[in-house]
Amino acid sequence: MGEKLLMKGNEVIAEAAIRAGCRHYFGYPITPQTEIAHYMAKKMPEVDGTFVQAESEIAAINMVYGAASAGARVLTSSSSPGISLKQEGISYIAGAELPAVVVNIVRCGPGLGGILPAQCDYFQAVKGGGHGDYKMVVLAPCSVQELYEMTVEAFNISDKYRILTMIMGDGILGQMMEAVEFKDKEDIISPDKNWATTGTQMKREHNVVTSIFINPEVLENHNHKLQEKYALITENEIKVETYNCENADIIVAAFGTVARIIKNVIKMAEKEGIKVGLIRPITLWPFPERAFQKYADVPKAFLTVELNAGQMLEDVKLAVNGKKPVHFYGRMGGMLPTQQEILDKIKDILK
Amino acid sequence: MMAQQEIIIAGFGGQGILSAGRLLAYAGMLDNKHVSWLPSYGPEMRGGTANCHVTISDEPVGSPILNSSTALVVMNGPSLDKFESMVVSGGMIITDSSLVERDIKRADIDLFEIPATKIASDMGNLTYANIILLGKLIARTNVVSKENFEEALKKVLPEKKHYMIPEEMKALELGMNY
Repeated sequence: MGEKLLMKGNEVIAEAAIRAGCRHYFGYPITPQTEIAHYMAKKMPEVDGTFVQAESEIAAINMVYGAASAGARVLTSSSSPGISLKQEGISYIAGAELPAVVVNIVRCGPGLGGILPAQCDYFQAVKGGGHGDYKMVVLAPCSVQELYEMTVEAFNISDKYRILTMIMGDGILGQMMEAVEFKDKEDIISPDKNWATTGTQMKREHNVVTSIFINPEVLENHNHKLQEKYALITENEIKVETYNCENADIIVAAFGTVARIIKNVIKMAEKEGIKVGLIRPITLWPFPERAFQKYADVPKAFLTVELNAGQMLEDVKLAVNGKKPVHFYGRMGGMLPTQQEILDKIKDILK
Repeated sequence: MMAQQEIIIAGFGGQGILSAGRLLAYAGMLDNKHVSWLPSYGPEMRGGTANCHVTISDEPVGSPILNSSTALVVMNGPSLDKFESMVVSGGMIITDSSLVERDIKRADIDLFEIPATKIASDMGNLTYANIILLGKLIARTNVVSKENFEEALKKVLPEKKHYMIPEEMKALELGMNY
């Protein structure tokens, strides 16, 4: 590990991407993630990379499609309204099985909403915001150090499975500064991209990258192939943090920024003799169902805390499968729950 | 030092509010503490007030957004109005009394009124006002070490501005001893 630096989350994502070998960035500015584009504009020329401020989010995601088709490690980033604009391209990338990384530093909605932190794009990310039966890997870091590590990881996962990986943060993670330690060298896992459209040199058959399959038998086979890939990823790539769950009176499910608040709540509750556990999904898709199943018999109840009206709640309920009640507490509009609010909710549930 | 210091620094855009917080966080990190720095990035930034939340702790930082603070450093009246009530009982408020005109309403906190902008002006550079106020904060709380504050200046300031560091440290000491 190198020197400890104090850096902004957004800048760390950009630096991590460059360290992971990403040499192509296409984006369009939007608060609260514009520092990613700033950083790329400054740094990409220094590493012979390409930075393009596209004319729109839609153009940017299609540039991603192009660069990924040619086998390049490529990144785009935006925030909620911009990610909505990218959905068509995201679906095409899923259909064409292209590896690429998309960052969503989520802000509150719907519509233009506001610029403050939220987790209201959970459904869009994990249930398919674009059309068609597709999945993308969704990583939810909760610290600046994790933004670094998971950005590198995102490129590796994408290349390994030829899939789109999203890093989902929020305005706090993007804007905050924390200590980060970069490795001297990244572990880059990138299989041979012999499918890429790199020019035949008249020595091989044409490679074709496409998402159009007019013949129904062919398309159904393609659909099955995608589903098998998603099953393989579900088998191999689930990441979850479980904390304090043994003998817990209640287990809280939370991801990203909210999980940090919960860790403080756990300490507060301890002083009052209440044992609170935490299950923090790190991959939102694939969802860590087994972690919930493992602890389903332990607590009196589960509580899901999110910065939305209750989205991951549905996946928690599916995983707990009726074994215990699953409660919900959420704030919206860029508001955050205080530790006291959450503790009061916990006490209310355990009453 | 308390196990966790939660500091809000607030004032107008351009007073070095965000960089003051960043210096503090950097120094805390060099002191081997857990730190976080979060700027206001809301619409109020446009031509108006700026603030940042800094946490310096012996333990990993939970929410970087503060619901209350152990110390408030304010460099204008509107910021005092906005944050005065957030300081915990027994906490500390440090004001730039050259710019904050009204009296503090709280009686349950330690108050330090320092004419930082006036002192900085006498030094010949208004941009030292934020450092003067940090001097008092550091002297009263030991939230970071003076040595690592100087190191933080070296890390945060671009090379071409390193010639200013001796003056910055002089400003810090003026604040410490005020």
